[in-house]
Amino acid sequence: MTQPVLSVRNLEVEFVTRRANLRAINGVSFDIAKGEVLGVVGESGAGKSVTGLAVIGLIDPPGRISGGEIELSGTRIDHLPPEEIRRVRGKRIGMIFQDPLTSLNPLYRIGDQIIETIRTHTNLSESAARRRAIDLLAEVGIPAPEKRIDGYPHEFSGGMRQRVVIALAICAEPELIIADEPTTALDVSVQAQIIALIKRLGRDHGTAVMLVTHDMGVIAETCDRVAVMYSGRIAEIGPVQEVVRNPLHPYAKGLMGAIPTLAGEDKRLVQIPGAMPRLSAIPPGCPFNPRCAFAFDRCCIERPEPIRQGTQSVACHLFEPAKETAA
Amino acid sequence: MLAFTLRRFLQAIGVMLAVGIIAFAMFRFAGDPVNQIVSIDTSAAERASIRQSLGLDDPVLVQFGRYFINALQFKFGVSYQFRLPVSSLLAERMPATLELAIVATIFAMVAGILMGVYSALRRDTILARLFQAISLIGISLPTFLIGILLIYLFAVTLGWLPSFGRGDVVKLGWWSTGLLTVSGWKAIIMPAITLGLFQMTLIMRLVRAEMLEVLRTDYIRFARARGLTTRAIHFGHALKNTLVPVITVAGLQFGSVIAFSIITETVFQWPGMGLLFVQAVQNVDIPIMAAYLLMVSLIFVTINLVVDILYTVVDPRLRSTVGRAA
Repeated sequence: MTQPVLSVRNLEVEFVTRRANLRAINGVSFDIAKGEVLGVVGESGAGKSVTGLAVIGLIDPPGRISGGEIELSGTRIDHLPPEEIRRVRGKRIGMIFQDPLTSLNPLYRIGDQIIETIRTHTNLSESAARRRAIDLLAEVGIPAPEKRIDGYPHEFSGGMRQRVVIALAICAEPELIIADEPTTALDVSVQAQIIALIKRLGRDHGTAVMLVTHDMGVIAETCDRVAVMYSGRIAEIGPVQEVVRNPLHPYAKGLMGAIPTLAGEDKRLVQIPGAMPRLSAIPPGCPFNPRCAFAFDRCCIERPEPIRQGTQSVACHLFEPAKETAA
Repeated sequence: MLAFTLRRFLQAIGVMLAVGIIAFAMFRFAGDPVNQIVSIDTSAAERASIRQSLGLDDPVLVQFGRYFINALQFKFGVSYQFRLPVSSLLAERMPATLELAIVATIFAMVAGILMGVYSALRRDTILARLFQAISLIGISLPTFLIGILLIYLFAVTLGWLPSFGRGDVVKLGWWSTGLLTVSGWKAIIMPAITLGLFQMTLIMRLVRAEMLEVLRTDYIRFARARGLTTRAIHFGHALKNTLVPVITVAGLQFGSVIAFSIITETVFQWPGMGLLFVQAVQNVDIPIMAAYLLMVSLIFVTINLVVDILYTVVDPRLRSTVGRAA
């Protein structure tokens, strides 16, 4: 087996507050291979974005990585000193944020922002970096890039700005792109273009992509594998067709049941009762137990560990091999 | 852009017209000017002839028109107390006031921005807390008290700096400058600090608050995610965004610095327009008061105009909205 681009093992992220240490991420493990797109889904507050920020080393105090390992192509990057992790950011890992309208500095020309990033990570000359910036803008689908390079962010539409943001994220040919809800702030028609662009870039350059979203449609269309997160843990992870078509974890089932389809308009959408627990009040055992229709005694006492089920991996006591209970 | 500048320019002229009316009105409401020129034993016939020679018999509008046309040529009449043209009195005093105001503003901006940036980036250090304490003092202590305390410490006790005056001045054409001599620089230190301290603390607090605000924005987070150096993020991306409101405040404050220099000039016996104005008030010297009012408003209005234009230089978003609106 080839080495994965990103390998996260038992990641834990804590937020230190005056009252308690809140654990936002609790034992998350996953790999992303070269050229693979991993989708990360879950409700707001499930820890999707925090996982992405932890990988790129942008967890700000009072938050901190309190356990586990993050490896990028075999090198540990979770305990690097600030100056070294800075060199990794932008060069080896590119990041795309949710809101393209606020991601670009309004006072600088977009070209200057791209050139600045290129020159931070390579030793290209000013003019070579400018040529590269024009190529990048062309690659992400900005028309007349040699003219638009001198535009200011406010002269671009939301979709075009997100293309600029993507150009900034890939300008040093990173091994991994983390896209944190890259389409949430955009029109539906633009969303499809941006997703297609990210997918194409991943394929063309062999870049691994971690796509954080809560849009199941985007996941189904784009990703090779998907991780369903709940309350700071991965409930289920596996190939996208399996997880979407045959979800195992009761929460993943609920999530897939809540996807509206055009065909089944006579049925009411299934909803999961209740809300995700707050970080300060995560129940013992499986964090999903208060909302789970299949919960039994053990779920309230013991925390389920990930169990392999074919190509999928699920953290649920229902799949304990000894018990032989079917869902 | 041109239309925008032109519109702002017309507004400025409107403001100056209004100020001109007020300045002119001072002559009419502050008593009969003839009484202030003549002595008690002047005959009624003589008074009438003076009145006529000064054009005070003409209708108000004609008088205002004449005053206005004269003011455009910087002719503000003759001072009652000095018996000299007000314009030459002002021209003589203006360099002192402007030099003091400029040095004070530069001091306020440089020190204020440096201290503000430092206390935003190193929020929990002792030095940052010290800056906060200094800013509290600067914002709450009245100017004259600070001036007197400085004089007591550096002029009376230590004897390092002169307590009053401008030191030696050098003539450059009609402009007399104290910035080319050592004694001139020594003399300007304390008045400039006194005058600029309030502005410095204001700018420092503003820069600190704005900087903290900007550092929380998405584009700073994205700049960090792009792996830019801390230096480039703080002093390129964050500081430039911080400076937009700072330009406004510093510009408007430059006007106040000139206006407030009245107090500082009195404390340090600085031979500027402010001191001249205070003497004019004591002696009901209306031509000087009116001219001072006009000059200060002219400076205010000009600065506002410059600040508005500077905005569009710093912030590209304004350039296009301004262009679209015009």
